[in-house]
Amino acid sequence: MLDINIAAGDIVQVEGPNGAGKTSLLRILSGLSQPYDGTVYFQNESITQHRETFHQNLLYLGHLPGVKDEMTAQENLEFNLALHGLNSATAEATLAEVNLLGFEDALAAHLSAGQHRRISLARLWQSQAKIWILDEPFTAIDKLGVEKLEQLFLQHADNGGCVILTTHQDLSLPAERVKKLTLAYRFY
Amino acid sequence: MTQVSYRAAFGLIVKRDLMIAFRHRDDIINPLLFFVIVVTLFPLGVGPESTTLSRIAPGIIWVAALLATLLSLDRLFKYDYADGSLEQMLLSPQPIFILVLAKIVAHWLLTGLPLILIAPLLAVLLHLNEHSYGALMLTLLLGTPVLSLLGAIGVALTVGIKKGGVLLSLLVLPLYIPVLIFATSAIDTAAMNLPYNGQLAIIAAIFFASLTLAPFAVSAALKVSTN
Repeated sequence: MLDINIAAGDIVQVEGPNGAGKTSLLRILSGLSQPYDGTVYFQNESITQHRETFHQNLLYLGHLPGVKDEMTAQENLEFNLALHGLNSATAEATLAEVNLLGFEDALAAHLSAGQHRRISLARLWQSQAKIWILDEPFTAIDKLGVEKLEQLFLQHADNGGCVILTTHQDLSLPAERVKKLTLAYRFY
Repeated sequence: MTQVSYRAAFGLIVKRDLMIAFRHRDDIINPLLFFVIVVTLFPLGVGPESTTLSRIAPGIIWVAALLATLLSLDRLFKYDYADGSLEQMLLSPQPIFILVLAKIVAHWLLTGLPLILIAPLLAVLLHLNEHSYGALMLTLLLGTPVLSLLGAIGVALTVGIKKGGVLLSLLVLPLYIPVLIFATSAIDTAAMNLPYNGQLAIIAAIFFASLTLAPFAVSAALKVSTN
């Protein structure tokens, strides 16, 4: 049983041992998976019935970065921005935010796992979505990058957004800002 | 938040898929080579008598086209599924119908269209009756989009399965039977210099039915596969 309300300004860290259902929960919250039972509401409306409004306000980044090997870093980001109605001309400047300046014309196939992750995370800097659902966003990201992302989360929450993320690392954000949701195994 | 028009989203995805395919050219060339090789095997197997060959030419070309399309179907969603971009597409604020249709159109431009262009050359190789060329081109033009549309349903259903290749062919090939029957019948009728409008009309009906309905089925199947 899980009954939570997440409001604007919240940063929710979903915790729990491997296999407790963190990813499943995030996929259900984003509408990718259907729950066996229960409903997810956004602004008091079921997300399955108001799919488009919900998806306009949602940014979900899963385990897989969704980066195409055949395209360059910049083309990948431009496509992602354009598909979500954001200005794709900002792609180059955004890549600088995630320390990928100089790699924008490199094919993604030639970049590392961390750099793939950075390409997909770059969208966060441009996103106008209120809800960020991030599954292990810090995987393969270096310390400096993690710090920068945490500041971005804080800024997003201050601007009236909310962040729901899973991570096994401790966040270095002020403890009063981060709500923790701990999932446990349940045996039947 | 600015809304992306449906047309812009459609164009974006077609453009992206074409760009990826042109950077990964074996995906376009392999099914085409397969088509050529299968068709050239038949004269070697059954002998070069022009009467036998021209009798079986429509069937050979169409069956080879079915198999070549089947071979290329994997590309439609598999890589997008594997690297997570399919998930992102399903979460984009556009209707999935538009995105799916764009991917299918790109697939047809990359496989169906080259098949149509190369088919008359292979028909010469098989001594196809001279009256049949028009029918061959028209049936391919109406029929190959159906192959892409119906195939997409099969791919969407099997995309989550690790070794879905055989299952895909078992699912999809039976669905191709009506197109095959009416297409070869149209070509045969044309060889006898008779009107083949009836067969063409049926293929066109199948085309429009699958054009309007298949993307819904594909969207639903993708949701199930990524669930």
